[in-house]
Order: sequence, then structure tokens, then C-alpha cells
Amino acid sequence: MTETSIPAPRRGVPIWIQIIIWVVLVGFLVIVALQLQRAQQGTAQPGQVIDNFTLPLFSGHELNGKSEVRMADLRGKVVVINFWASWCKPCEQEAAELQQAWMEYEPTGQVVFLGVDYVDTEPEARVYLKKFGITYPNGPDLATRISQYFRIKGVPETYFIDQAGVLQYVQIGPFSSVEQIRTQIDALLKQRD
Amino acid sequence: MAISRTTFYFLLLTLFLAGFWITPVSAQGPTPTDDDVNRIAKQMYCPVCENTPLDVCPTEACRQWRDLIRTMLAEGKSEEEIKQYFVAQYGIRVLAEPPNRFATYLIPTVAILLGALLLFRGFQMWMKPTKTEVTAVDTEPKSIQDSYIARLEEEVKKQK
Repeated sequence: MTETSIPAPRRGVPIWIQIIIWVVLVGFLVIVALQLQRAQQGTAQPGQVIDNFTLPLFSGHELNGKSEVRMADLRGKVVVINFWASWCKPCEQEAAELQQAWMEYEPTGQVVFLGVDYVDTEPEARVYLKKFGITYPNGPDLATRISQYFRIKGVPETYFIDQAGVLQYVQIGPFSSVEQIRTQIDALLKQRD
Repeated sequence: MAISRTTFYFLLLTLFLAGFWITPVSAQGPTPTDDDVNRIAKQMYCPVCENTPLDVCPTEACRQWRDLIRTMLAEGKSEEEIKQYFVAQYGIRVLAEPPNRFATYLIPTVAILLGALLLFRGFQMWMKPTKTEVTAVDTEPKSIQDSYIARLEEEVKKQK
């Protein structure tokens, strides 16, 4: 007569609970990975097609009498988007250069400058615009949607978009001369010819 | 018109006392105090300087925001109106606490309850005593055993 031990089937966690736990864990990891990827992406990169967005404009800084500008309406033109703020000291270094460049290119009708006022208060922004005699279209970045789209890291930052709506050049920090701005715009204008 | 020395000193004293009278009145004027501003500011964060509440943030951007709060308070705007304005201008992330939205509290609550339920079910199953061993007797047919014993006895007899 012999005695043998037969292990009884052990009751574990039901399969549906295991599946839910794994799905939740994997989902959580995917979210973390996407956030990390986004954080490491940096600013929008040249070659990226810029989606349509709408910028409301300050009164007195409209474009062709319109109180807001849609990016889609600017196809066929070179667009220079400058992010700035009245509290930003480096922005003051390039304010005069940007205005001078705008005065040069505005009559051609081939280039549009857009000032996007980042995390600023309107009274202070108006003081800044008046102080530097800025006349090109300017408006607030409502709910920081535009700056989040471009993933800006600070101000000033300037984005040069070609006639096809493709981002071609990014300037981080202030311009040191008008020539620097001209070089980028002229390259884009020549590209079309 | 010449005034006497006594009248001059009387007027001077009157002006001096009037100064004391006016000072407390002007302090109670419509201009909001720093405490009024900070009561709202501490509920907000500026996107430029993350992790620093607006009431204590030393940057120029935050100073401007506090000035704007002061202006809006002076205009008679309520706390809720001011917060709504800032959310519209700078996004919902300026608020230290999310607004009382159903989903804001529903999702974490459901997640916590679901997690607790899963843990409870898991522990319940792990704690349940299991039949660890079942002793089984090898039930060899008796006839086979008998024949084996018979053969064994037979062999012993032969040896004798």
C-alpha cells in the first residue's frame, strides 16, 4: 500500500481581474511615455506643417481691418510668428529690429508678421507696443493654446513659416540685427521664385 | 488781503488736523488691499513660474497679474469673475485647484473604488484556506495483492 500526495488545484486571482490590472498598468505606462516624449520633443521643428489656428488681435493692431487672423488665410505668404511678453527683457532687445523688418516687408504684401503676446496682461502689453512703436498685427495667446502648439520654451521665440504653411526656421532668443531677420525671410521668398 | 498772525496759525492748525482726518478715510477707499489681492492670487499659478503661487511669486509677470487682480477688484468684479477671466485668458492650468466639475472628482473616485474592490477580491481569494493535500491510498486491486502473497508464501515453503 503506498501513499501519494496530489496537489489540489489552487484558487488564484480570476483571469478577468488580472486582465484589468494589466490593462490599467499598461495604459498608465503609455500615458507616462507619451508625456515624457512630448516633454522631450522641444519646440516645433522645421519641416512641420503648421495647422490652422486663430489669433485674436488687439484693437489698433488688426490685419487688414480684421479683428482676428486665421493661419489658413495666410497661405501663399511668408509668416513670421514672434512670441513675446511685456515682462520679457530680452524681447525688448529685438522689438525695434522686428518693427523695422516689418516696415520693409509690409509693402511687398508677401510677408505677414504676427506678434503673439504670451502670458501677459493687456494694459502692460499695450504700453510695450506703444513704447516700441510696433504696428504689425498683435494679439494675446488666449489660454496659451498657440504657445502650447508650438511648444515654446520661453520668450522671445520666432517661427518662420513658408508660403505652403511649413515651418522652416526657428529663432530661440532675440535677434541681434535686422539682417538676421532679412536673411530668413529672403531665403523663403527666393524659395518660391 | 492781509490776515492776522492768529488767523494764519489757526488756518495752519486746521489744515494739519484735516490731514489726520483725511488719512484714515482714504485708506478705506475703493482701492483693494494687498490681502484682498492675495486672497485670490494664492489660488492661482502663473504658467511662467510653475510651482510658485501667484501671491508670493517675485517675477515681473506675476506682479502684473496681481496688479490686474487689484484693478478688477476695484472695478467691482467678484472673485469668481476674476478667476474665470484668468482661465479664459491663460488656460485652466492657472488654477491651483480644478473647478468643481463632476468628472474631476468622479474619475479618481471610481478609480479608487475599483482599485479597492480589486484588492479586496484579491485578498479574499488569497486568504481562503485551500485544500493543500489530499491523501490518497493506492487502491491496488485486492486480487492482485492476494496472488502476490500466495506466490510469496509458496516460495517460502519451497525454501524450507
